[in-house]
Amino acid sequence: MNTSAKKIVYYFISGTLILSVFISYFFNAPVTIAVLSSAIRQSTPLVLGAMCGLIGERAGVINIGIEGQMLFGAFTGFIVSIWTGNLFLAVCAGMVSGLLLGLFLGFMAVSLHVDQIIAGTVINIAAVGVCGYFYPTGLSVSNKLQAMSIPFLSDIPLIGPLFFSNSPITMVTILLVFFLQFMLFRSTWGLRTRASGEHPEAAETLGLNVYTIRYSRLMAGGALAGLAGVFLSLEAVGTFERNMVNGRGFIALAVMIFGRWTPIGSWGAALLFALTSALQTQLQFSDTLHIPHQFTGMLPYLMTVFVIAVFMKRNNPPEALGMPFEKD
Amino acid sequence: MADEPFIQLKQVTKRFAGVVANDHIDLAFHRGEIHSILGENGAGKSTLMNLLSGLFRPDEGEILVNGRSIMFKSSREAIKQGIGMVHQHFMLVNRFTVAENIILGQEPATFGLLHMKKAREKVRQISDAYDFNVHPDDRVENLSVGQQQQVEIMKALYRDISFLILDEPTAVLTPSESQALFEIMRTLSKQGVTIIFITHKLKEVMAIASRITVMRKGAVVTTCLPGETDEEELVSVMIGRKPEKREEKKENPSDRIIFEVSNLNVLNDVGISAIKNFSLSVREGEIVGIAGVQGNGQTELVEALTGNRPVQSGGMVLDGDKMPFSNPRRLIENGFGHVPEDRLKHGLVLSFSVADNQVLCSYYKRPYARSGIRNTKAILENSQKLIREYDIRGTTPHTPSGHLSGGNQQKVILSRELNRELKLLIASQPTRGLDVGAVQSVHERLSDLRETGAGVILVSSDLDEIFSLSDRIAVMYQGEVAGEFLKETVTRELVGNLMGGGKTNLTKDHVSSS
Amino acid sequence: MTRLASILQSLMIPVLAVLLSFIIGGGLIYLSGADPFLALNGLFMGAFGDLDAFSRTLEKATPLVFNGLALTLAFKAGLFNIGVQGQFLFGAIISAAVGCYVSGLPVPVHMAVAVFSGIVAGAVYGMIQGALKAYRGAHEVITGIMLNYVAINITDYWTKGPFMDTANSNSIPRTPLILESCQIPDIWGIPSGFLIAVLVSVVLWLFLKKTVTGFEIKTMGQGIHAARYAGIKINGMMIFIMGLSGGLAGIGGAVETMGVTHRFQPGFNLGLGFEGITIALLSRIHPVGVLPAALLLGGMKAGAGMMQFSSDIPTEIIDMMMAMILLFVAADKLMTRVLPVLKKKEKGLALSAGWGSK
Repeated sequence: MNTSAKKIVYYFISGTLILSVFISYFFNAPVTIAVLSSAIRQSTPLVLGAMCGLIGERAGVINIGIEGQMLFGAFTGFIVSIWTGNLFLAVCAGMVSGLLLGLFLGFMAVSLHVDQIIAGTVINIAAVGVCGYFYPTGLSVSNKLQAMSIPFLSDIPLIGPLFFSNSPITMVTILLVFFLQFMLFRSTWGLRTRASGEHPEAAETLGLNVYTIRYSRLMAGGALAGLAGVFLSLEAVGTFERNMVNGRGFIALAVMIFGRWTPIGSWGAALLFALTSALQTQLQFSDTLHIPHQFTGMLPYLMTVFVIAVFMKRNNPPEALGMPFEKD
Repeated sequence: MADEPFIQLKQVTKRFAGVVANDHIDLAFHRGEIHSILGENGAGKSTLMNLLSGLFRPDEGEILVNGRSIMFKSSREAIKQGIGMVHQHFMLVNRFTVAENIILGQEPATFGLLHMKKAREKVRQISDAYDFNVHPDDRVENLSVGQQQQVEIMKALYRDISFLILDEPTAVLTPSESQALFEIMRTLSKQGVTIIFITHKLKEVMAIASRITVMRKGAVVTTCLPGETDEEELVSVMIGRKPEKREEKKENPSDRIIFEVSNLNVLNDVGISAIKNFSLSVREGEIVGIAGVQGNGQTELVEALTGNRPVQSGGMVLDGDKMPFSNPRRLIENGFGHVPEDRLKHGLVLSFSVADNQVLCSYYKRPYARSGIRNTKAILENSQKLIREYDIRGTTPHTPSGHLSGGNQQKVILSRELNRELKLLIASQPTRGLDVGAVQSVHERLSDLRETGAGVILVSSDLDEIFSLSDRIAVMYQGEVAGEFLKETVTRELVGNLMGGGKTNLTKDHVSSS
Repeated sequence: MTRLASILQSLMIPVLAVLLSFIIGGGLIYLSGADPFLALNGLFMGAFGDLDAFSRTLEKATPLVFNGLALTLAFKAGLFNIGVQGQFLFGAIISAAVGCYVSGLPVPVHMAVAVFSGIVAGAVYGMIQGALKAYRGAHEVITGIMLNYVAINITDYWTKGPFMDTANSNSIPRTPLILESCQIPDIWGIPSGFLIAVLVSVVLWLFLKKTVTGFEIKTMGQGIHAARYAGIKINGMMIFIMGLSGGLAGIGGAVETMGVTHRFQPGFNLGLGFEGITIALLSRIHPVGVLPAALLLGGMKAGAGMMQFSSDIPTEIIDMMMAMILLFVAADKLMTRVLPVLKKKEKGLALSAGWGSK
């Protein structure tokens, strides 16, 4: 399929979706808003995870440790919130913990040239080990992050309640999507990121330091994954469980691939993933569907397999992705 | 030229894992000169240039710029001193535009936001000033090899360099593109830019260099002016002995066609047509040379013929039998041999021993295996025999093939491929990166193969190689045969012209006149 | 270099990795206020202290051997079969189903049929991943993890639905006990499942070392492009290897069900896939090396309870230490940098190369 035909397909899918949103809003506004705002909420960790993945992969490093970074972020955020009771500190701590795991991934993948898939797996397993060992059972936080409404903007019909009356991390995430899209394609930062993922030798001969670039991008990405983790423990649930990430780190990779390694594309893909699961909850809730929950529960995983199988090769990953860069 | 040298090397030494790559080098480069550095592969030219461009740091000795000793910590600092380099393998991001490639690392920006408009203007200025034929918004992957080289030079000009290193720049160019490059080099040198021109093509050196340095085994052997020497002397200094004149064993190929491919159509990796209605036949005992600038479909052609790339349409007949596409094993069993272009990736399993690599195409057959069990004794004996026969020095059957030199690696591949009854050998760039001795031995093997009645398809971007080995020459341009000649009926100029997309009506005149 | 010296050299990294992890683990125990020597002594006694403990260790080690072998085989071919967990679950539940719902067969036949069904179940599930990689270029790590979740869901559904034990108004989701004709007995107190595991690992070692197919597998792992040029059919091999690897995990599931748990219960043995990775890397990707590596990890699992009893250290410290072992063997370049003697000859694992483009 050539690029213009691809674009038409993408436009067609998104056009149909938007149209059906308006139609269903017309018929049943409260349910539409409930489903959509749940989708936007559920998409948050996926988008953040996907952005973590794409910053790293644009710079040339595969990150399959997103799962572990999210888990560790969720854990640290949770613990700090219990210790201090200060949610802002907790959010920061979660991000810093993700960032540190990003640094660690950089150390293994960039400096030591450990195979990047193995390096990510180490992070995933290490995160489970650490969280399991230090996990204080039976605690829950005193206050979760609450949804906020932005005055005036939240009064706009349909758009208002969806985008401007939501949990703070979700709103920040939407801003981040557009910010990152702009940075990636319009700034020096983005140009250098992409160069080190496409042709690190070229970047190095022009005086750039590929190691520094890759390290810093992995750390920035790690912070985002940490934020996704904090979202899970402090905003969505309000407690911590060892299996709370539940494969979202890997689904985020599929989201990133489906979104063609761009922030806006990933956002769209994440919304699609989240929408199916929100719809399914709604249908289950309203008792119109009688499918065993195990089958609906594995839907996102099957969708991930499908996306990877169909789009991985087609969507042109960065050229030097997965290749360690060796100096001297 | 008695003025102070712009850049001077004093006793510079660089070692890699104990091997001396540059041995106490003393050299001076003056402003505005075109200084050619000659040497075989492995003579230490690339290491020296990487020292100058800041990618490597010397273990001993010092580099003086304008008389001051400077230790480059990175290529950034070398660029700051005005040193730029055009690498043999282009350092271009394929998916970036020309402008993006040029500004990378020194972007016009405020608060980190790119000024692409300013960038485009600057690029257009440079391109106009030197008559380059590229547009700032072109994607590099859509450019020809010659244009890509221009982008590389523009990268250097954008950085206001005064010292430009060109590493084997003509290896990938057609003769007329090379002439255009020489014009640019002369213009730059008149503006006071020092140019280091690395090559092993003696004719070019004599044509353009204002000073010549010859390197051998990591050391500088001599530095002289072009007027003081001639090609023959340079060669013997370069390889350290008198070149052997080889006797031309000339046996005319028979008229029987051993291999024929017809109406072949093949797509490249991104799904664009790379080979268009390609037809070619090879006679018994004939070497058909396929000339062409890299990137005109040769890689795809070889991959298709050896079963390693799917084919849209076409037919292959070997010795009267129809051959299947996309089935390397069937082709190998039917008498195809293959010396792949990328020998490290496709020709060898580097961590495997020489012995295992020598049975890589026959490991499952007797005597190397019986009812599914490997016979290590037979594999070993085979290897000992081949190592002797092919004179692969300094290796045992157990040595991992990744530890061998390029020449020995190629010998391992040849020994494997020629160790069975071949009807057709497809050799792609078989001597790229090899030193003179190894080149000669590979050429001898290919010539000898003719006597067995096998056909050979030789793909090479080196016109000298094509002309010295082939009985017939086919020129590829943009996936098609732009012309096919018996060697005696064609000149290098014509082939060069066709390689660059020259007109075919010019062909007839040329053929008749020669 | 002599053969012995080269074996000793390749043992250095795993031994150092384990030592280092125990030292750090001991440090953590000390920091949490307990006596590390007492704790480690408890761990050791719980794992190897008497015949009972040792037999428990063997029991824990058995599934680890099979999963370690499954990963080792895939690693040899340059494939990362992180989906062993799902394949193991399918092997376990199918052999449990055969064990309790198929009756009237003589003892050896019933066992053989149950084990064979387990192998087939694991193999088929593995081949799905192989096919997705071969024909669609989907990296087996993502599809593997996703299919693990799918397997958890499906087996969960089966144990609450069609295969559920309904005797005595049982309400716990699990299958009925398998028939006695299908239970693998202990021999002199030694779980015979472990003996099967030893046998399989030796067979796999000989297979890789001596056979033509073994050579093809290693060729793929060390140079997939050269393998394709030499005429090896990569796509078919990928599916075959993932099937074989899944089959190994499937035997693991079957042996665990038939020799230890005697029924299938959801949630059992989760995390085995990850332990398999640690074991495969600890063994330096060698089928026979898998045995001591599995015994070590099995011993740690078996002794954890005793350690908690003797020094009040939570058993999760074991997970931590296993993660550290994995880190040190995976990041072996860290250790080769400190001790250049350790430098190995073979090309390291290169799994990232298959990401995205083939």
